[in-house]
Amino acid sequence: MGTLAAHGLRKSFGKVQALDGVTLDVPDGSFFVVLGPSGAGKTTTLRAIAGLEKLDAGSVHLDGRDATGDAPAARDLAMVFQSYALYPRHTVYENIASPLRARRCSSSEIAAAVEQMSSLLHIERLLQRRPAQLSGGEMQRVALARALVRRPRAFLMDEPLTNLDLKLRVEMRTELTRIHRSIGATFVYVTNDQVEALSMADQVAVLKEGQVQQVGTPTEVYERPANQWVAGFVGSPPISLLACRAEGDRLVGAEGWTLPRPRWTTAEDGRPLLLGLRSEDLSVEQRGSASLSGELYGLEPLGDRTVVDVRVGTEILKVKARPTVTGTPGERLLVTVDLDRAHLFDADTGLSLSEAGR
Amino acid sequence: MAVSVDEAVSTGPARDHTAPARRPGGRGRSVLEVALLTVLAVVMLFPVLWMIETSIKENRDVYAIPAKLFDFTVTLEHYKDVFVASDGGRSALSVSFLNSVVVAGASTVLATVLGVPAAWAYSRFAVKAKKDQLFFILSTRFMPPVVVVIPIFLMYRQVGLIDNKLGLILIYTAFNVPFTIWMMKGFVDEVPAEYEDAAMLDGYTRLQAFWRYTLPLLVPGIAATAVFALIFSWNEFVFATFLTSSDSVRTAPPAIAGLIGGTTTDWGLVAAASVVFALPVLVFAYLVRKHLIAGVTLGAVRR
Repeated sequence: MGTLAAHGLRKSFGKVQALDGVTLDVPDGSFFVVLGPSGAGKTTTLRAIAGLEKLDAGSVHLDGRDATGDAPAARDLAMVFQSYALYPRHTVYENIASPLRARRCSSSEIAAAVEQMSSLLHIERLLQRRPAQLSGGEMQRVALARALVRRPRAFLMDEPLTNLDLKLRVEMRTELTRIHRSIGATFVYVTNDQVEALSMADQVAVLKEGQVQQVGTPTEVYERPANQWVAGFVGSPPISLLACRAEGDRLVGAEGWTLPRPRWTTAEDGRPLLLGLRSEDLSVEQRGSASLSGELYGLEPLGDRTVVDVRVGTEILKVKARPTVTGTPGERLLVTVDLDRAHLFDADTGLSLSEAGR
Repeated sequence: MAVSVDEAVSTGPARDHTAPARRPGGRGRSVLEVALLTVLAVVMLFPVLWMIETSIKENRDVYAIPAKLFDFTVTLEHYKDVFVASDGGRSALSVSFLNSVVVAGASTVLATVLGVPAAWAYSRFAVKAKKDQLFFILSTRFMPPVVVVIPIFLMYRQVGLIDNKLGLILIYTAFNVPFTIWMMKGFVDEVPAEYEDAAMLDGYTRLQAFWRYTLPLLVPGIAATAVFALIFSWNEFVFATFLTSSDSVRTAPPAIAGLIGGTTTDWGLVAAASVVFALPVLVFAYLVRKHLIAGVTLGAVRR
């Protein structure tokens, strides 16, 4: 079993409100990712669940039992720290053995468990080294082994891949997913990298300034962002947001353009809105019924695709195009919009207005 | 942390294989530097040299005019007098040395045992008005000992701690604990708190985590701090003079000072006693010199 529930977590450091009523329900066996920019309170949330941070308010339930005041050792959780926090004076072997020593396991049990973990993570030849003699990737594996060496209620991971280079990060992403599947335990994984969140998670909680913005599957968070901020934070290149308002059967942009009003929107006429358009829902290569006119602002070739920056009035639209696309800045362009996949947000509250009609 | 300490004091930088470009001024300047440093060294070291010489001169050479710098008869008589009384038993001086060892050692151990956990707590936990508390702790060291010695004398008289080694141990501990807390807090701050967090998630209690994973990393800092505390207690003169009187309790500083005065002063004995008195601290400081430098330059050494 490994269900975790945090309710109404509040924590301030001096004048900074790090957690402002964070509520999360982590189902047993899920890969639960907490996503947010730095300073959003992700690490504090994780430390609160681990019992390392004393809360101002709120409760933590583990497997349905209130564990709010419990010492970290009593919670039966394992954690991988962003800095790895490997004990510098101990060998890799002793680092991995530490959780078992704390539980007074026999040395034969420890030897067997450490051996199993080191072969799972391919670190057998490092066992007699000290942390200072390891590379970043090796330290990361050791930290992971120390967490995985026993079967706790759940694993907490605080940006474990952030300090690795890109290639290793991609490798470890796959490996972590594989480990999660093979042991079927609950993972709570904190990251500011949306690619990690979208590729690994069963469930994503998006955090901003100590508040949960949205909880859902990666697809839900990407396809149906709850508000303008989530839409802007998740997705690369970022979503383009255009100020507009509804007038009868049309959307009229602040920059003077008009588009047919999407069938699904329920916004009343005249209310200030933001039209959210993802780069893949825009095209400069195809023709469609709904389009915006602008001028070419710049090209960002990314190998497999090119992002075309199109200026509409004073706003820039990011448009995904084939890598072969060409053009000169200043050239007039027509951008075709897939309105069925567009998003509308209330410009005042930032909340999504797309949900009702879909 | 230990690693940064070692890095901070590593000698012989590996990168300087090529000769550095000559500075403007060149050879003339370096000659001047050497000359000035030599003068400084002579001025600083001459009293020490003179003390050592006096301690091994025969009495008639000690008083010779003009002073004999080189051609004197070497004798170890004064050193014998430091430890052995004229009747063949233990001298009062040797007892005072023993007292110094006991008082300085005990007060240093006490200050370390009390101060290190306190420093850890101040570094790790959210304590109310932490800065004010730390300032208050330090403020107990603002006043020179002479200012507080009278009230302490009166209090000690009430509780019977006058002319008592325990009295000196307590007052030296009281002076060394604030110092230990301040210096050790710097060392504890250098050790990432995450080691303890990780240990607690491994299943250890907070204290076990400190004991197993933080304390071993603090050993260099503790050594440096303890040496400073030891030097303070070992050298302390004012309290020792005021609070003790009998030969069986007195520590070495007032005992040596007591040799001077009266009708005649046995300068050879004073010098020999001073050499014996200076040696332990020198040896100690030499043994932990690496950590002492780290302790002094702490704060300049950030990871």
